[in-house]
Amino acid sequence: MNTPKKWEKNWFEPLALSEKNSEVLAPQKGYWKDAWIRFKSNKGALIGLILIVLLLLIAFIGPLFNEHNYHSQNLTITNQESSGDHYLGTDSLGRDLWQRVWYGAKVSLLIAFIAAFLDVVIGVTFGGISGYFGGRVDAIMQRILEIMYSIPNLVIIILLMMYLEPGVLPIAVALSFTGWVPMARIVRAQILKLKTQEYVLAARTMGASHYRILFKHLIPNVMGPIIIAVTFSIPSAIFFEAFLSFIGLGLRPPSASLGILVSDGYRTLQLFPFQLFWPALVLCIIMLSFNLIGDGMRDALDPKMKK
Amino acid sequence: MKPILEVSDLHVSFRSQDTEVKAIRGVDFTVGEGEVVAFVGESGSGKSVTFQTVMRLIPQPPAKIDKGKVLYGGRDLTKLSEIEMQKIRGKEIAMIFQDPMTSLNPTIRIGNQISESLIKHQKLSAKEAKERAIELLKIVGIPSPSERVEQFPHQFSGGMRQRAMIAMALACSPKLLIADEPTTALDVTIQAQIIDLLKNLQTKTGSSIVFITHDLGVVAEIADRVAVMYAGKIVESGTLDEIFYNPQHPYTWGLLQSMPKLDQNRDQELASIPGSCPSLVNPPAGCPFTGRCPHAMKICQEEMPEVTKSSSSHQVACWLQHPNAPEVKSPIEPERRWVD
Amino acid sequence: MTEPILKVKGLEKHFQLDRNRVLKAVDGISFEVMPGETFGLVGESGCGKSTAGRTIINLYDATNGEVLFEGKNIHKLRGKNQKKFRRDMQMIFQDPYASLNPRKTVMDIIAEGLDIHELSNGKSRQEIVCELLETVGLNKSHATRYPHEFSGGQRQRIGIARALAMEPKFIIADEPISALDVSVQAQVVNLMRKLQKEKGLTYLFIAHDLSMVKYISDRVGVMYLGKMAELADSDALYSEPLHPYTQGLLSTAPIPDPIQAKEREKIRIKGEIPSPLNPPSGCRFRTRCPHAMSVCAQVEPIWQEAKPNHWVACHLYSNSNPQ
Repeated sequence: MNTPKKWEKNWFEPLALSEKNSEVLAPQKGYWKDAWIRFKSNKGALIGLILIVLLLLIAFIGPLFNEHNYHSQNLTITNQESSGDHYLGTDSLGRDLWQRVWYGAKVSLLIAFIAAFLDVVIGVTFGGISGYFGGRVDAIMQRILEIMYSIPNLVIIILLMMYLEPGVLPIAVALSFTGWVPMARIVRAQILKLKTQEYVLAARTMGASHYRILFKHLIPNVMGPIIIAVTFSIPSAIFFEAFLSFIGLGLRPPSASLGILVSDGYRTLQLFPFQLFWPALVLCIIMLSFNLIGDGMRDALDPKMKK
Repeated sequence: MKPILEVSDLHVSFRSQDTEVKAIRGVDFTVGEGEVVAFVGESGSGKSVTFQTVMRLIPQPPAKIDKGKVLYGGRDLTKLSEIEMQKIRGKEIAMIFQDPMTSLNPTIRIGNQISESLIKHQKLSAKEAKERAIELLKIVGIPSPSERVEQFPHQFSGGMRQRAMIAMALACSPKLLIADEPTTALDVTIQAQIIDLLKNLQTKTGSSIVFITHDLGVVAEIADRVAVMYAGKIVESGTLDEIFYNPQHPYTWGLLQSMPKLDQNRDQELASIPGSCPSLVNPPAGCPFTGRCPHAMKICQEEMPEVTKSSSSHQVACWLQHPNAPEVKSPIEPERRWVD
Repeated sequence: MTEPILKVKGLEKHFQLDRNRVLKAVDGISFEVMPGETFGLVGESGCGKSTAGRTIINLYDATNGEVLFEGKNIHKLRGKNQKKFRRDMQMIFQDPYASLNPRKTVMDIIAEGLDIHELSNGKSRQEIVCELLETVGLNKSHATRYPHEFSGGQRQRIGIARALAMEPKFIIADEPISALDVSVQAQVVNLMRKLQKEKGLTYLFIAHDLSMVKYISDRVGVMYLGKMAELADSDALYSEPLHPYTQGLLSTAPIPDPIQAKEREKIRIKGEIPSPLNPPSGCRFRTRCPHAMSVCAQVEPIWQEAKPNHWVACHLYSNSNPQ
């Protein structure tokens, strides 16, 4: 055998115990930190996130740039093209479009967030209880879900909108009236899978209550799929709101949402296309960004689903 | 013995976004005609990856063959195209896997799965292939094979599925059979049956078998030669008797001692190896076993020991073999130590 | 003579799969465990050993029979007594990857029992966890880390620390080493034996690996298809197995010694375990037994003490059948 090139005298002396670092742990990396690293490496998702942040910033700061507001009419300056005073022009009642687009964006996002929040609260509770307790409870709750699923949601929403006063909260409630069903299914499927895991059994052998097992052990482990579902349900809520407004079941004037602006712009499309273009552009950016973020979230939080 | 498979200086790594795992770090070995070679090692030691590389079954990317040759019948398998490889897989070299549940296609009848390769490689007609399939099921000890051939995998028990897998692997009489932990998922009584079956088939057909396992007890039952793998390298290899009765590497000592024997004295503590396998993301420069080795020296941290031969068949990669190293007595007495 | 800490009497656990099918996972087993001893339970997959363990710790209700822990039927405990039982008996699980909640730090995992029973908080909680980590051979700096940063052997140590936090008297270890690498198995077994000596623990050690069970246990019960086939001191079971199934298990257990492997008598058990949904009549082992007789198909062998402290259920040792 060849002697090592860098020959040293003490090469063959035994190694002191402290010099053997036998168990080096993997670098400390939390679940969320790890997910963030994966999310960052997805360019589309990052662009989506930046777009949404920019959009929110402008929606809040933008209206401060000129003196107008979203509801004051001025019939002497109807249907103007963009100018130094009215950045995006005015609509058929002389309202400033810049103000209205950002106001509408805020309202649309607000409705979507409330609807998504309600989806999570109802869906997680329902799905969690159904999956965790199983047996007869699950059988009954599943039938309820199937009934909810079998009624076209558009019909329910339209019927509800006829009863409820049009407003931000009622629209959100109507949207989540059927919107929680997919969330409940996702959560139930996950809980069913997780509840036989040994760490749940371990908690049970120590006498943990159902509440503790469900909310301290199971739900935190379903957070990934829940967040993914939420990021996809937000654009669908925005889209649904726009649709409702478009067919005249949305907010009442002078309030505005992106859907109402699109609907208003559509009426004057041939003469003044810019009135449709701006709200539609903002709507598209929001939808696209949330879908990009959702894709990124799925890859980041649930790496097994990739490929 | 004429070698049938020669692997030299094989390096394989797996790449993901920001890390590179060096799974195989320079592996050399040969498999002779008609011999049974066991590859022993813990999870992550690279024993399965080595033979997935030989069969070219590792997905590339993320895996990458960085270096090395896999010579089979005068050809370097790492250089063959996928089409040429398909002619070798199943016909020349066949493989059976650990989990017979997932390695059989649940939607295809057992008979059709066996005849598939017969029709492809041996150009048999469908009818001939089915007859041969029944014959094969009979050889591997499946009762009433002519009915079984029509059944689906889920109608087979675990042991029966593994037998069917073996029948599939034997279909084209391969010269080399790679068995990747074929008995790990099975109960001991079934494990014994499968080992007996493999041994009998091997004596009958004279083909070579590579047996990958983590269980030294199984190795003792079946192997002619043994290679001990650790952290992507072969640390010791030799004949069955050399490894069990005259092992040279401290890792082999530890492995042999940490298994309780059926007649183990219960008042005695089991000898255990402290710590766990090193990460292969940043493999140590020196011997990978240094951190867990009771005889580690300064040099072990710095340089990988070279392979020394202590007999024509026995090779060890350990600095203790160096003439300057202190004398360390093997805790395993070089005799029939477990026999009363 | 001391009283047994655990008495299992005719324990049955049946699962109703659907209207017509009942899985009799455990079908009448009886044994006693003395304080401070290790009782091993071995058998092949599907023999009901894990179900038995889970019924004994009251994860499942018993279908029939009873489990007495310190004289009290554990399936009938309520209130304070139940809480006490939940502390006195703990479990160590098989899969070191599934048995620790991936979203909790090691600190929270080990302190789980303390939190549930409101035993301590704040500083003393932290001290207890650090002490436990050192007891099982880990470092207290590990407390803030997450399970996935540890190796399999280290995770199993965390699982042991979690069980120890409740200062239990009795630990059920359900295949605690079968998912670990060979070189790590010995570490965990040595740790468990050390803890037993220091803390006077009683173990129910469930496994399929006969050589490891034999090494760690004082007495061993062999299960087959929901029934106990043989029960004896581990040395007696090894030197003089009575039941043909035990004989077969011993002669097929892999031993890391080529010469002994070649020389030993080979008793091969043919065939495979029948479905527990439809077990054979009479003796359940008769379909695979090399000594099966006509009586085996008709009469179920009784559970009897064939030799002092050596119990077996087999017609070869029935009084009516001198053989």
